[in-house]
Amino acid sequence: MNYVAGILGKLNIHVFPHDKVTLGAAVSIVLGGFIAILFMTYTKRWKWLWKEWLTSVDPKKIGVMYIIVGLLMLVRGGADALMMKTQQATSVGASHGVLSATTFQQLFSAHGTIMIFFAAMGLMFGLINLVLPIQIGARDVAFPFLNLTSFWLFAAGMILINLSLGIGEFSTAGWLAYPPLSELRYSPGVGVDYWIWSLQIAGIGSLLSGINFFVTIVKMRCSGMNLMKMPMFVWSVLGSTLLIMFAFPILTVTLTLLFLDRTMGMHFFTGGFGGNPMMYVNLIWAWGHPEVYILILPAFGIYSEIVATFSRKRLFGYTSMVWAIGAITVLSFSVWLHHFFTMGAGADVNGFFGIMTMVIAIPTGVKVFNWLFTMFRGRINFSTPMYWFMGFIGLFTVGGVAGVVMSVPPADFQLHNSLFLVAHFHTMIVGGVVFGYLAGITYWFPKIFGFRLNERLGRWSFWCWFIGFLLAFIPLYILGLMGATRRLDHYSASLGWQPLFIVSGIGAGIIAIGVGIFVLQIALSIIQRKDNIDYTGDPWNGRTLEWSIPSPAPFYNFAISPIVHDRDPFWEAKRQSNKDTDEVPHYKDIVMPKNSGIAPIIGMLSVAFGFGMIWHVWWLCIAALVTIIVVIIVRSSDDHTEFIVPAKEIERIETEYAARKAQAPKRRYA
Amino acid sequence: MSDASTPAASLRLSGTDHEKNSKTVFGFWVYIMTDCVLFASLFATYAVLHHNIFGGPSGQTLFSLPNVLTETLILLTSSFTCGLGILAARANHKNKVLFWFLITFLLGIAFLSLELTEFRHLVITGNSWRRSGFLSAFFTLVGTHGLHISIGLLWLVVLLGKIFSGGLSKNNLRQLTLFSIFWHFLDIIWIFIFTIVYLMGSLGK
Amino acid sequence: MNKKLKIGVISILLIASVGISAWYLHHTNIAVLDPAGPIALKERNLIYFALGLSLIVVIPVFTLLGVFAFRYRETNTKSKYSPNLDHNAVAEAIWWLIPSGIILILSVVAWTSSHSLDPYKPIASDNKTINIQVVALDWKWLFIYPNDQVASINNFEIPTNTPINFEITSDAPMNSFWIPQLGGQIYAMPGMSTQLNLMATKDGIFNGSSANISGEGFSGMTFTVKASSNRDYVNWIRQLSASPKKLTVATYNQLTKPSQYNKVAHYSNVSPDLYNSIVYKYMSPSEDSTQSIDSVTTINNPKARDINGMVMP
Repeated sequence: MNYVAGILGKLNIHVFPHDKVTLGAAVSIVLGGFIAILFMTYTKRWKWLWKEWLTSVDPKKIGVMYIIVGLLMLVRGGADALMMKTQQATSVGASHGVLSATTFQQLFSAHGTIMIFFAAMGLMFGLINLVLPIQIGARDVAFPFLNLTSFWLFAAGMILINLSLGIGEFSTAGWLAYPPLSELRYSPGVGVDYWIWSLQIAGIGSLLSGINFFVTIVKMRCSGMNLMKMPMFVWSVLGSTLLIMFAFPILTVTLTLLFLDRTMGMHFFTGGFGGNPMMYVNLIWAWGHPEVYILILPAFGIYSEIVATFSRKRLFGYTSMVWAIGAITVLSFSVWLHHFFTMGAGADVNGFFGIMTMVIAIPTGVKVFNWLFTMFRGRINFSTPMYWFMGFIGLFTVGGVAGVVMSVPPADFQLHNSLFLVAHFHTMIVGGVVFGYLAGITYWFPKIFGFRLNERLGRWSFWCWFIGFLLAFIPLYILGLMGATRRLDHYSASLGWQPLFIVSGIGAGIIAIGVGIFVLQIALSIIQRKDNIDYTGDPWNGRTLEWSIPSPAPFYNFAISPIVHDRDPFWEAKRQSNKDTDEVPHYKDIVMPKNSGIAPIIGMLSVAFGFGMIWHVWWLCIAALVTIIVVIIVRSSDDHTEFIVPAKEIERIETEYAARKAQAPKRRYA
Repeated sequence: MSDASTPAASLRLSGTDHEKNSKTVFGFWVYIMTDCVLFASLFATYAVLHHNIFGGPSGQTLFSLPNVLTETLILLTSSFTCGLGILAARANHKNKVLFWFLITFLLGIAFLSLELTEFRHLVITGNSWRRSGFLSAFFTLVGTHGLHISIGLLWLVVLLGKIFSGGLSKNNLRQLTLFSIFWHFLDIIWIFIFTIVYLMGSLGK
Repeated sequence: MNKKLKIGVISILLIASVGISAWYLHHTNIAVLDPAGPIALKERNLIYFALGLSLIVVIPVFTLLGVFAFRYRETNTKSKYSPNLDHNAVAEAIWWLIPSGIILILSVVAWTSSHSLDPYKPIASDNKTINIQVVALDWKWLFIYPNDQVASINNFEIPTNTPINFEITSDAPMNSFWIPQLGGQIYAMPGMSTQLNLMATKDGIFNGSSANISGEGFSGMTFTVKASSNRDYVNWIRQLSASPKKLTVATYNQLTKPSQYNKVAHYSNVSPDLYNSIVYKYMSPSEDSTQSIDSVTTINNPKARDINGMVMP
């Protein structure tokens, strides 16, 4: 018996879900996966999937994989939200709703964790992968193999967190798992361990990605692109990666310490034995606050690209924008304490961090005005990305005001941990981050796939998101002022809160329809792709380098490495296109990295390692770790990780594109 | 529009060794910087918890300075031999490289065994990481450094094997450079641990 | 549907929903905006002030967004088009400086209000301050009146116009002690003691809750505070003193066991040192891993781990 226990760790027959909701979710995921496997087998696509996608080091393909995972996780996190909303709308007075308190708490913990780490981070890295190398005129990232490994670590974290649905349980301690609630004494199950290891593994992936893209931006810009000629998206990613490099190691440490407390009996954050729970709160927010800027900065970059493109105008106040990004990057490390003014740290400390928080609103405000004045005297084309931009300005301003109000510490005493706070950060993250990424996907989709997304459905999706958002979150602002705290699975009928919770639930439902329409939009656009083909590579009358190459972008991006002289190189090139020479381009051989099956193997081994750590199956951890080390050694000894694309092959591909371009109907835009 | 091409431009992207070296070394420095943040967080944790002895022993009663001084000297020497190894690599002396890095490796092993002996002694005398917040922070900070040393040693063994069989190839030379950066970095971290944990701990600060 | 009908339907819907909302909000208590004491009042006014000041930026943003979007739409070829207009030093200076000015004002307010509304700051009054010790348990609140040696679960009473000094700790995971109509919250943490000074100036029964997730029964951690005349308060304390239930060490250890949606309960014979023992048990070595209290003893240094200055260096 002991022997078996040693082999299986904490695993036993009772780890499968008991309550119907979790069981239903687990079963539907397993069924979905099964259907997908059947489909792949039936259409004989396994080899294609492995060779063309799972092992590909092409950042564009890695980007697509990130975005697919990100959208799946958006759906998963959204489903969690819908169930929470159902509970809150029904669990009042004598009724305790449809979910147990424990299930509800697992749901909000999973919702926050999944949305930030797997939906938002996934979409963010996806877009960075898609666009950044092309925008700087590069053919690849600095470390292509590392890039794929990062993706697989991210995927491993995602797999682990979803495993918790079917095997064991998830954390009930909230998305940041404050101790002592998350300590072994109060959370003896494996839920918090699932949280720790899925974040730890995905977090290391994010850290490596951050380093990778930072080096890419610093070292791989094409000639002529000095810092002040970089597109704004590149600047924003530079800020974001810097933040990743300084913030994610703190997360790694914090999660490790919590793990050591729980598994090794240490006393970092336990109440007793000299442990200090508030140290955890400080550490996690020293990562957590920069994290929100990590997410929002690339979104700012996307908006900057979109507003300039669709206003047919240069971005207003480029230098201001750059300084604003710099200021936000630096300041974001000096505001973390505003997440717990209510700890009672004293008036001086609270005052200082309150003021720092307000100061960070200045560069953000400057950016808003610069975007607005990019529209000034423009010729604004209202395609779908521009809708998202307009929605963003509206919501972000409202959310920003709520943020400024809460930055006054005594005001925060009344708003902290209430639904007002929940409404505030959702306004920033949905209105800022999610709208930005969805706009980015719509904007850059043709560059990757060669056809545009359906405009009408895109707009429908936007309106559902926007109206749904208002319905879902305005009630939460009011509820917060009524004294409703976050994470309530039940409340007294006499408070009169139920109508607002019901309206909020309806709003969430409308957002869900918006998500559905977005997915439908992609599906329908694939079916009707012939109607929206992008022959020219420049569907929006773009300004930056990515629009200068054909769509879908060839795997080597640029047949000939570009030289830029302007912030909007392609826009300028189009303006001076009279000197379009007949000169025959002179192609050269290109060295490209080879695909690698090692990265997915490392990813899967990480899943095994994390699973072993969660369930205390130590032999599995050791076996996985040793194999990972061996695999890394094997890879590092491989001197043949690149291949040469002959000039002839490039010429062939480029000629094909040129022929296609010649078929193009007359340009839609003037 | 982007039909301008110069030999230099295509060279930039053709992945020459120089280009690759500069990217890799720069990337490694960036990684070292993130590792600094990691250690900084652990130092901060230690600073917060080092008085929280919860009735247990403090650093003053636990630390043996002669032992730690020996560890320090060993690690400093290993950094020096590592430097000599790099000089030999620049001069393309394969055997000297193998020799100096073998010495570095042995010194690393010596350091690690001294550290493990200290840990073992603490655990046996009932002062394990479970005893207090202070001891948790101590074991984690010093142990994380020790873990880095172990990874470094594993890396070195593999690298020496590759140099032994494959000679001083460009790939091996590049990894040797990275290793020496890593090793010196761990040396510096150790100086901080020596000062903040052991010296100040022994003084009861 | 033609355009006019569409606009008509949408406006009717909008007006109806605004009407229903107004009616609803009028009939529902918006606790934070309906203060019953000086602290809550000042905090509410701060919210209004910050909100009002922000409008200086918000109104131009919304106006410009609407005007620019309409005026510079692609189809309006009559509007001016300057594709290369990409900076203007004066304009940019304006939107660096105006927000900076607003933030400067707000910073001064934040700094002074952080001090004047510091939860640790005693409230000046002619009436003598009443001391109440608050312990967050799994999942209920214990309120101890150390001077009267009585205690109550999930409800307590106070006299109006009398400053109340709360000392707050937790014998469970972290919670947050919040009575919106009296003033802002503060964390209740194990092994630490925080303070909150509040006062009621109106009679009434006010809702309070835990604002920080503390486990399964967290949603049931609500309580009520009754503020009324001093005579009512004295009567209430007398009633508690006569309560047959005595809060011995054994009863207390029983109370710390998890339980949900607890009913109000009253206790007499409460040791004045109970609170300190609860705080102190997390700070001193004990062989007992379950961390229950062995006995209540007088501790000379109860605030050894006061939260003040607990910020990381």
